[in-house]
Amino acid sequence: MAKTTKQASQPAPANSIELTGAEMVIRALADQDVEHIFGYPGGAVLPIYDALFQQEKVRHVLVRHEQGAVHAAEGYARSTGKVGCVLVTSGPGATNAVTGLADALMDSIPVVCITGQVPTHLIGNDAFQECDTVGITRPCTKHNYLVKSIEDLPRVLHEAFHIASSGRPGPVVIDIPKDIQFATGEYFKPNDPVAHQGYRPRLKGDPGRIKQAVEMMAQAKRPVFYTGGGVINSGPAASALLRDLVKATGFPITSTLMGLGAYPAADPQWLGMLGMHGTYEANWAMHDCDLMICIGARFDDRITGRIDAFAPHSRKIHIDIDPSSINKNVNVDLPIIGDCAHVIEEMLRGWQALSPKPDRAALEPWWKQIAAWRARKSLAYRPSDEIIKPQYAIERLYELTKDRDTYITTEVGQHQMWAAQFYHFQDPNRWMTSGGLGTMGYGLPAAVGVQLAHPKSLVIDIAGEASVQMTMQEMSTAAQYRLPIKIFILNNQYMGMVRQWQELLHGGRYSESYSEALPDFVKLAEAYHGHGIRCEKPGDLDAAIREMIDTPKPVIFDCIVDPTENCFPMIPSGRAHNEMILGDAAETLSDAIGEEGKVLV
Amino acid sequence: MANATTSHYPAATVEQSLETHTLSVIVDNEPGVLARVIGLFSGRGYNIDSLTVSETEHDRHLSRITIVTTGTPMVIDQIKNQLDRLVPVHRVVDMTVTGPSIQRELALVKVRGAGEPRVEALRLADAFRARVVDAGTESFVFEITGAGDKIESFINLMLPLGLVEVSRTGIVAIARGADGM
Repeated sequence: MAKTTKQASQPAPANSIELTGAEMVIRALADQDVEHIFGYPGGAVLPIYDALFQQEKVRHVLVRHEQGAVHAAEGYARSTGKVGCVLVTSGPGATNAVTGLADALMDSIPVVCITGQVPTHLIGNDAFQECDTVGITRPCTKHNYLVKSIEDLPRVLHEAFHIASSGRPGPVVIDIPKDIQFATGEYFKPNDPVAHQGYRPRLKGDPGRIKQAVEMMAQAKRPVFYTGGGVINSGPAASALLRDLVKATGFPITSTLMGLGAYPAADPQWLGMLGMHGTYEANWAMHDCDLMICIGARFDDRITGRIDAFAPHSRKIHIDIDPSSINKNVNVDLPIIGDCAHVIEEMLRGWQALSPKPDRAALEPWWKQIAAWRARKSLAYRPSDEIIKPQYAIERLYELTKDRDTYITTEVGQHQMWAAQFYHFQDPNRWMTSGGLGTMGYGLPAAVGVQLAHPKSLVIDIAGEASVQMTMQEMSTAAQYRLPIKIFILNNQYMGMVRQWQELLHGGRYSESYSEALPDFVKLAEAYHGHGIRCEKPGDLDAAIREMIDTPKPVIFDCIVDPTENCFPMIPSGRAHNEMILGDAAETLSDAIGEEGKVLV
Repeated sequence: MANATTSHYPAATVEQSLETHTLSVIVDNEPGVLARVIGLFSGRGYNIDSLTVSETEHDRHLSRITIVTTGTPMVIDQIKNQLDRLVPVHRVVDMTVTGPSIQRELALVKVRGAGEPRVEALRLADAFRARVVDAGTESFVFEITGAGDKIESFINLMLPLGLVEVSRTGIVAIARGADGM
């Protein structure tokens, strides 16, 4: 197909200046208010690194692996609401970034990743460090570009930021061949707003449907709000409006893993997280509700469980900015396409204008039922004086850090679920975890990105000893930039979630889930110019956590926990919300999942 | 398809019948746009029964892709929404639901033979309004346009008469009436 150079024939805007491609990249970053870019140099991006060297506006953070660069950018983006930026070289630089890009796509995180490419005349020749970057990253980005003409570069750079950050956010790759970095052309500043014919996300919800939603809410007897990461992505205003709407209606609210913090966990209307490892009250409320109001969540299989038994007696309202999320897994009665903040604001206005006012007393039997489910205390565990229970470790970490300016990242596995259950988030953008892709090794580099954006805050990566080793090299980045991140490892010597599933599904045959020869994490911390702490007794835990908090440099905290502890409650794959296994029924674990459930992920 | 009692995946919920839809998709004519569309179909497990693509508005760099696909109504809706989500996609129109449309395909059909079968082939070609675009002492190449099933039956008739090979364009479609998409 013909190549397009849309800007080529147009006269240069008045504010244009002559720059090389490499200079354009740095200038565009500065014009987009980028302060930090995470990257790793290489042959095909040397001109851009040279341009970077000759300015002081954009600060480069040198990571130790390109995957770490993308996760750091994700952590940066999620804790600030800004676009995270990455700069890597061609070939292996680009392929190493793929995991991070896929992660950002699944969790809808705005990232712009600039990759170097071999010169245009060598593309397709199997040149040194060549790979088909746009081909490889096409399914794991929101959009990507191969820039083959210097005239296209300024437009592409600005468009990439617009696409990454607007609508449903996501990662955008710009692949720039080396000869384009050397070429000179006209640079122009971003137009406001960026006009794009094929890309116009819809922000405002349909007023008629919003009115209908408010009417359904006014009639509901057993309503529940089910919110997700879309509320966080929509910005702080969406979380504030959500709080107002939940207060005004008096409805209970639960959230996905991605949405934690949008509604304060300390509030009595909060039911806790829902889904596979959600609370008893949240999952039962979802199962028995007569009206589900889904805001910025996507009915993931970790949420719904068995789909034909999912909230069987409910009508469902689904608010999402992405039309393809509607009716993907679950058929809904009333879809509203739009940005969460816009739609919630209109819903709140509609609710307040209702006349007569909905009868709050009508919700009383529902709240009574919820209180009975809460009384089941589904997060209870057997405490111990001998050995640190992982749940206890998170509880203490929460108690000792809750009054501070704290950001939490996690890796993936049991510790992640315990963090979601026992660390109570009161505000949005405080919780960075890999939800969709489930990327082990996410938390440490993400903490690097968060700490860089919030130098004075307490940034803790709640980690597992297996996950954290996947990106442990980023400790070196933390040391280089004096980022005092805290790696709080729940060390059970197993890939805990794998071990749990093997216990549940495979007769306790722990195939390759036990890590022999773990490193000495205290010495490892010291080797990385950090501080190491090991804690093995519950009685020592508080003092050790305080020591971690008070240490003004990177800390690896090796918290030795009960290796056999499982994460409950749990809805086994293929089961309904009302068929969850609770911790105190753990003796029947091996019978908990039938043959048909074993094939599910 | 999985049994409803053993799976929590969407396919298990309600048995929906399969439908065939023809989608017209207006896209920016830029490198990789076809790969995005095809990658979407293969990556998400959708069917492509037929696909045609060509530039239709040179000045605006626009191409028109016509896709014939089969799926449950829920999947067809997903396909349209997922296509619309691609950045270079301007519009997606489902010709099957928007109203009456014309769907045509062109085929080149090579037939080898002599004597009575050769005469019979010519006679049938005439009945189907196929044109002879190449003729030799032992062979013909016919050009035939029409709806997919017409071409299908023409090819079936040629089979015993010495069919050598067939080349088909895939389906192009346009709505009836005065309005453009």
